[in-house]
Amino acid sequence: MWRRCLRLRDVGRRLLNLPRSGLTASEGLGPKLPTPIRAYVPPAERKRFYQNVSISQGEGGFEINLDHRKLRTPQGKLFTVPSEALAIAVATEWDSQQDTIKMYTMHLTTLCNTSLDNPTQRDKDQLIRAAVKFLDTDTVCYRVEEPETLVELQRNEWDPVISWAEKRYGVEIGSSTSITGPSIPARTREVLVSHLASYNMWALQGIEFVVTQLKSLVLTLGLTDLRLTVEQAVLLSRLEEEYQIQKWGNIEWAHDYELQELRARTAAGTLFVHLCSESTAVKHKLLQG
Amino acid sequence: MAALGSPLRTWRGLLRELRYLNAATGRPYRDTAAYRYLVKAFRAHRVTSEKLCRAQHELHFQAATYLCLLRSIREHVALHQEFHGKGERSVEESAGLVGLKLPQQPGGKGWEP
Repeated sequence: MWRRCLRLRDVGRRLLNLPRSGLTASEGLGPKLPTPIRAYVPPAERKRFYQNVSISQGEGGFEINLDHRKLRTPQGKLFTVPSEALAIAVATEWDSQQDTIKMYTMHLTTLCNTSLDNPTQRDKDQLIRAAVKFLDTDTVCYRVEEPETLVELQRNEWDPVISWAEKRYGVEIGSSTSITGPSIPARTREVLVSHLASYNMWALQGIEFVVTQLKSLVLTLGLTDLRLTVEQAVLLSRLEEEYQIQKWGNIEWAHDYELQELRARTAAGTLFVHLCSESTAVKHKLLQG
Repeated sequence: MAALGSPLRTWRGLLRELRYLNAATGRPYRDTAAYRYLVKAFRAHRVTSEKLCRAQHELHFQAATYLCLLRSIREHVALHQEFHGKGERSVEESAGLVGLKLPQQPGGKGWEP
């Protein structure tokens, strides 16, 4: 946790290449606390150091300006995004920070940074393989054998999504109650790999993000194909948790907290994929309409 | 096709979230780039005679997704500040979270300073 906080602080500072300044919680408060061993103090968030956020169109796409400084990625590259809508959404994220900059709420900025910097250094094939690998352990393909009510719930809720995906892509997916999961035919994998290959790098980063959030490629395809809303996909992804909540009760600071975070991340990823993969055919139609 | 409900409902939801976002800065939300963009996009896709227009559905899907993003972030931040943002809780506070109180020892426990 501590290491992550420190890293986040560094990332925030590098965003604008500002000199190191000001005391942070770890430096300022650490040694002076009366009971330093147990008390965990949340890391100090960076102050909002800018007044106005604006967008400008540069050579590589749309850029974000904080006052008169250009926003940069953690690796120091110029922050440029391909779509105007995405730039506006990112600018809105920066503009809606109140007193401090809460990076953990700025999912679209984070996704753009990931796409621009590509910190894991993966190419298109590796991204696609990482996403398709989730099919082996896809949430909606893993079924329980008891209790009977949960078995029925999973069958009623997940089966329609799987059969939709099977029909939409003309493949066989299936489900399994075995610990090793369903055996996915090689052809299914090929079809899905070639489908994902039609997306660009930015959209693929978003798809992989959503897949790892929902732990399901099938649900992610439902989102990219406008078949499921984010709320539905998140509900399906958390089906067993929802079942246990029904049975044992809801805890706000754990269940609701996770639900909202998962929804926010999934929505950000989905929006990112859609905004980064808008085809020219669709745009053409918009102009006519 | 995902069931999205009425576009008007999504639009109202978005306006509400924009108002929340701009409440802190004190500026009217109608001045923001996001508002202008949304107005333009919604106007360009108003229903004509077409019952099911792919582009229109796609825009509505994106709007609903954006609404979900803004709303979830707002609620997540509220929960974060309420429960997770202040650091570690004392034993009394932790007990209070689940509706319990620490037992009282009459005359103290004997080892207080």
